Amino acid sequence: MSDLHTVNKSPFEKNSLESCLRFSKSGSAILLYEDGVYGALKGTAVESMIASAVGEKKVYVLGPDFKARGLTDDRIIDGVEVVDYAGFVDLVEANDKVQAWV
Amino acid sequence: MSDTKNFMFLNRRAPYGTIYAWESLEVVLIAAAFEQNVSLMFVDDGVYELTKGQDTAGIGMKNFSPTYRTLGDYEVRHMYVDKASLEARGLTADDLVEVEWEDWETEESVDNIVEVVDSDRVAELLEESDVVFSF
Repeated sequence: MSDLHTVNKSPFEKNSLESCLRFSKSGSAILLYEDGVYGALKGTAVESMIASAVGEKKVYVLGPDFKARGLTDDRIIDGVEVVDYAGFVDLVEANDKVQAWV
Repeated sequence: MSDTKNFMFLNRRAPYGTIYAWESLEVVLIAAAFEQNVSLMFVDDGVYELTKGQDTAGIGMKNFSPTYRTLGDYEVRHMYVDKASLEARGLTADDLVEVEWEDWETEESVDNIVEVVDSDRVAELLEESDVVFSF
């Protein structure tokens, strides 16, 4: 089993995403929500961080938060999966514990 | 001495995750009501405030983005966006809302007062302002 890591801060304002990626083990699940969803956007200065992580970790983005910010699913980095609130709950249940990177 | 000052609202935060963007908008509307010269500057994550197509139905929060498009009616004449901040965040000018401005007395109008500027221009504009409000 493995952990679910959550990131809810913008990768341009805090290093939460960077630390999450640095300190999470292979096979971990990572969920980006609230301002963390900007990390899943294509074409940004931090795109390569996520793009290189999707091979060894499962990265998810919370759809309602992405949509609220005017972003559409076609702008999400390849390999990142969109989940809704029910999917968030499923991830919590499927993993040993939740590690929040606030 | 004139009572009118050049107010600059410096917006550096993304919407919804924190209250800064909304609070800024509230103060902008107050300042405009007191007939000051109000301009808005969007840098860093503040550029995300202006994305088109925001839909907050799924997160249970008020979508305040349509308010930006009304600012021209409150005699806000300039909304500046830092180009480098946009580029680092995967956005272009096409992703941003357009804000129309019209002077009802002279019928002078501008189709879109949202202007993408470079960092040197941002620095100039901030320095030229009488007061800078930071959010």
